[in-house]
Amino acid sequence: MDRGQALKTTIPEQDYMTSGHIACSGCAAPIAMRYCLKALGEKTILVVPACCWTIIAGPFPYSSLKVPLLHTAFETTAAAASGVRAAIDIKGDTETTVVGWAGDGGTFDIGIQALSGAVERNEDILYICYDNEAYMNTGIQRSSATPWGAWTTTTPAKHPEDKPKKDIIEILVAHQIPYAATATVAYPHELMAKVKKAKGIKGSRFIHILSPCPPGWRMSDELTIKASRLAVQTGIFPLYEVEKGRKYTITVPRKEGVPVTEYLKLQRRFAHLKPEDYDIIQKNVDRAYDRLLRKTKQSETL
Amino acid sequence: MKKILMGNHAVSYGALLSRVEVIAAYPITPQTQVVEELSEMCAQGKLKARYINVESEHSAMAACIAAEQAGARTFTATSAHGLTLMHELLHWAAGGRLPIVMANINRSMAPGWSIWTDQNDSLSQRDTGWLQIYCESNQEVLDSIIQAYKIAEQILLPVMVILDAFVLSHTFEPVDIPKQELVDQFLPELDYPYKLDVKNPCSFGSLLPPEYYLELRYKVQKAMEEAHDVIIKVDKEFQQVFGRSYGGLVEEYRTEDAELVLVASSTVASTSRMVVDQLRDEGVKVGMIKMRFFRPFPTKEVTNILKQAKKVAVIDRNISYGQGGIFCEEIRSVLYNIDRQEKPPVFGYIAGLGGRDITPTTIREILSHTLKEDKPKENIIWIGVKH
Repeated sequence: MDRGQALKTTIPEQDYMTSGHIACSGCAAPIAMRYCLKALGEKTILVVPACCWTIIAGPFPYSSLKVPLLHTAFETTAAAASGVRAAIDIKGDTETTVVGWAGDGGTFDIGIQALSGAVERNEDILYICYDNEAYMNTGIQRSSATPWGAWTTTTPAKHPEDKPKKDIIEILVAHQIPYAATATVAYPHELMAKVKKAKGIKGSRFIHILSPCPPGWRMSDELTIKASRLAVQTGIFPLYEVEKGRKYTITVPRKEGVPVTEYLKLQRRFAHLKPEDYDIIQKNVDRAYDRLLRKTKQSETL
Repeated sequence: MKKILMGNHAVSYGALLSRVEVIAAYPITPQTQVVEELSEMCAQGKLKARYINVESEHSAMAACIAAEQAGARTFTATSAHGLTLMHELLHWAAGGRLPIVMANINRSMAPGWSIWTDQNDSLSQRDTGWLQIYCESNQEVLDSIIQAYKIAEQILLPVMVILDAFVLSHTFEPVDIPKQELVDQFLPELDYPYKLDVKNPCSFGSLLPPEYYLELRYKVQKAMEEAHDVIIKVDKEFQQVFGRSYGGLVEEYRTEDAELVLVASSTVASTSRMVVDQLRDEGVKVGMIKMRFFRPFPTKEVTNILKQAKKVAVIDRNISYGQGGIFCEEIRSVLYNIDRQEKPPVFGYIAGLGGRDITPTTIREILSHTLKEDKPKENIIWIGVKH
């Protein structure tokens, strides 16, 4: 490489997030927001419920964002996004993308009623869930997005989480929405391509982003990208999309021969697990990935 | 143009004439006809609004808040469990200074299930920062919706327009429907100053450290205080344009030389007016005040009228458990600070909970009891309790 030249990146340089946000170091949530806004552009209105991003956006009178932001009550993201959509539509603006941006608690748990209601009405909104797999803003309590075997402050190591992570994409797919997809910050081009694709579709769109949380996952803060990548390579968090509730496409296949332990051992939230627990997780991940492959093969054309 | 309308449809016509732009609503007895009619008006193109069929009242208010923040005039209607489900967001709407107007049909809270009227649903929202208007007739309902937008959009606080379940919501009365041009002249298009705008990106509702929060709440109270004069001004303007007025915050009836003043609200005020006339014919010096507004509380009016009286009787179709009738307690509270050593004794009556009828006989019983006794022996005087 010619060292005299500035590094060229294929990621657009235009930013709609500022430096100086107050996320914890290594947090994937601001990285995800930054990429998503690059893909969405300035004609974007964000609706954010109580979640880590309430803090990351900055306290009054500061803001780390260059797009309008409406903070809303914990359980209301999708309903509030519906309201913004209705208002700007009636005023003649059908171009601006209205984005609900919520954590896993606000999506999988307390906000799922409003989310189900909004997507059933096929509201013209993009809902992005950044999923750090527990209530991290309140200090690491389990949510229905917490994976089997994980430690949290409400699932202590002696009695770790004993239920599987809720399959949120399948819940959204069951509503037959135009577009549902998963993404991680380890594959930024892929993430941005999905956001851009979603932006171009009318109706309800849902993107589920795995969002590693170094303090909550009990891991070193430089491991966020590595953990995001291993989640995909092990098949723990497969990257795929589902169009119109029927066409499944795996967008980044998992890597053969990467065991789940490579992902799990990065994080001390799984430190209490025994070898037989790893076997259980490996079997469950393999089974789920096979199921996804079958759905891809059996999936209908659009 | 006059039409025979049920109370609920009077609400719908009020919203139609106010040219609401976003409606988010969920059905609940006895409110349902309000939103059915609005949905029909939208479908027919009579009303150019977005109608969102939300999955709960909680989402109805969330959508209204967001739509209002995006600059649209919004409306919803609810009742009882729907209203109380919204409670969190009622705080949000007022704290966000969003001039939303909502109709609430007063219905009792379960258990046991009741669809009939009392005021505990709306009075439980007392401290949320919403203005509250209690209506007596279908005409007042329609007119109050239009007035409510005008008041709300001046002071930037939300307004609840309230009517009794069935006694008003399902009763048909002749209602004068004002001309659209006159309403447009009275109520100009909303120009909300603080809105979501991609050309001027701002954040709304950010984390607010202690050095700012107190001032924002102080301003909500100041807006409530300012509302007092705005309500009176808007009611006078309404009179000039439409020929009808409602006395602003309270309506006085035959109080000029009254020794006993009855305090009532909602449809109970109509019945009370008739009983006052009967007793006046019998030579009793009795008058009435109708509490049209509960928030802001008409402290000045109530004090000025009641300090002339020898006795006060308050009818509450509501209760704050462990204290008493809610209107009564607030009236006692504002009278506490008057200069006169001899304050009028305030008799607090609770009647008609869960939609039990408050008839002329009930009101006569209340007035006779007040005339007979020197002072209330108990904080609450219950009417019609079967033991």
